[in-house]
Amino acid sequence: MMLFLSNLISGISLGSVYALIALGYTMVYGIAKMLNFAHGDVIMVGGYVCFFATGQFGLPAPVGILLSVLVCTALGIVIEGLAYKPLRQAGSLAVLITAIGVSYFLQNAAQLLWTSNPKVFTSVVGLEPVSLFGLTISDETVVTILACVVIMVALTLFVNRTKMGKAMRACSEDRAAAQLMGINVNRTISMTFAIGSGLAAVAGVLLCSSYPTLMPTTGSMPGIKAFTAAVFGGIGSIPGAFFGGILLGVIESMAKAYISTSLANSIVFAVLIVVLLVKPTGLLGKYVPEKV
Amino acid sequence: MRQNRKVAAPSLAERLGGIKKTTRTDFLTYLGVTIVFLVMLSLQGQGMLTNSLSGQLVPICCYIVMAVSLNLVVGVSGELSLGHAGFMSVGAFTGVIAAQSLQTAIPAAGLRLLAAILVGVVFAAAAGVIIGVPVLRLRGDYLAIVTLAFGEIIKELINCLIVGWDERGLHILFNIKGTMSVNDLGLSENGIAIIKGAQGATITRISSFPAGYLLIMVTLIVVLNLMRSRSGRAIMAVRDNRIAAEATGISVMKYKLMAFVVSAALAGGAGALYGLNFSTLVSSKFDFNTSILVLVFVVLGGIGNIWGSVISAAVLTVLPELLREFDTYRMLVYAIVLILVMLVTNNEWLRQLPERVRARLAERKGGERP
Repeated sequence: MMLFLSNLISGISLGSVYALIALGYTMVYGIAKMLNFAHGDVIMVGGYVCFFATGQFGLPAPVGILLSVLVCTALGIVIEGLAYKPLRQAGSLAVLITAIGVSYFLQNAAQLLWTSNPKVFTSVVGLEPVSLFGLTISDETVVTILACVVIMVALTLFVNRTKMGKAMRACSEDRAAAQLMGINVNRTISMTFAIGSGLAAVAGVLLCSSYPTLMPTTGSMPGIKAFTAAVFGGIGSIPGAFFGGILLGVIESMAKAYISTSLANSIVFAVLIVVLLVKPTGLLGKYVPEKV
Repeated sequence: MRQNRKVAAPSLAERLGGIKKTTRTDFLTYLGVTIVFLVMLSLQGQGMLTNSLSGQLVPICCYIVMAVSLNLVVGVSGELSLGHAGFMSVGAFTGVIAAQSLQTAIPAAGLRLLAAILVGVVFAAAAGVIIGVPVLRLRGDYLAIVTLAFGEIIKELINCLIVGWDERGLHILFNIKGTMSVNDLGLSENGIAIIKGAQGATITRISSFPAGYLLIMVTLIVVLNLMRSRSGRAIMAVRDNRIAAEATGISVMKYKLMAFVVSAALAGGAGALYGLNFSTLVSSKFDFNTSILVLVFVVLGGIGNIWGSVISAAVLTVLPELLREFDTYRMLVYAIVLILVMLVTNNEWLRQLPERVRARLAERKGGERP
């Protein structure tokens, strides 16, 4: 029982990181309608920026996080402007291949700049671990879950209550109609990318705090799994991304503990495949019929 | 993909008379591949190739087959598959198992290679059906990510395999818990361990450059004939407008699956040839990066353009060998190439840029004249 609970906690801890990444994914996918393959690699960049800021230059942790958010937001806007904006009218195949190109570019640029040697990331969270019914929950887990909830609530409020949020929802529903209503679609989508990439930076810092090896490929696998989480929860749905992330983390942790460590990724991907085939809209997504 | 390229000048086209344009292109593709093969073979015979280039000949053939077969899915069928290396992996490992265990039954290396490639093709085709049936119900981004997922699953499953052979037959263990080793197979004294889990396979090398050439030719004949057939036109119709194609009575699932399975089978053949070209092989060789590499070949050669894939796969595999210093930047350059090709071919403004420049120049010239 104790073992089960401790597996559950490590699953929730992993899941909260996935949830945080999935929030960024679901924003971008829901509004720009494109799979931003490079999202995972923006996370990696965020991790590196924070690593150099706090480790190399000895800046305090909050400054490091802020710096990494700023750099990633700028990176997101630049990527969107250079690679995705020219393809607004193009087919989804072209956009997807471009996104893969961007992801590949970021990974290899990071490898050239910072070499492929793994860096040991020192956690930015310096609190005491929490004890609960005899179980220890690491401070990183607590902070990640809190950050996740705060960001989820903030995003939901932003999307539902502000004017920009309304514009985003309009773009997501019908881009052409939104444009006719006087919404600046390009700016709205750029804004979405900026927010998504900023979130990626936070996710990157917290990911590296919980799992402290930092490599150019650090972001790619969590990125793909977080996409799985976003699909699981219903792509485009903000609470869905949160629950999908936590559930996926628990599934992965349980699979590792009770089935096989070497097949854990396979099991996570099997979940994705089953979800897509059985309920393509995910747990909380809404069904949009195809117009002919 | 787009055939509306302007015919530049009276070329071989006119001289060949009334042959259909596609037939002519296909014929020239076969001819070109054959000529290059013969030239390389004679150069190799005279020892004029460097060791590294000589060693690259079989992998080049494999990558050409991979690129052409992926082009069938991405270009002709219009679906982005990111797990193509998975099928190569299935073909490689089943082919290696076949070749290693048939060593006494078929002593002739050439025949054994043929048998191994056939086994690889059959198993990869089976994997193609198993994966294709669920995956092809999805579309676009979802399809891409699920093929990626399947590629990773194949990689991890093969990583768990322990296979050995003795006179009683094949022994296969599935090492889920990570606690088993070759000793658990219970092989007899003459038995050989073929795949040792994560340590990979031990192989007697039997691949040859002529076999690679033959595989390329078979692939080209299969893919080009499929494209020009009734089925090929149906596949392209589904790509261009799924709903319209369905309305004219084309079974979308059937034709998508046809393209997907043929592509998987050919990738399996390439995998078997590739695997038997090395003395050891691990399943992490066939990961996401390999799938992307093949995708780069397809995109750079032109999506839907078969001979483009052949050339870009060959050139991009040889180029890093020739330019050693370039090697560190190779992947970075590939990424940039991928993005730029997509931007140039899909952005209206960039696509019309040459024409606009030409028009502007003509205008200026016209203005200067009295």
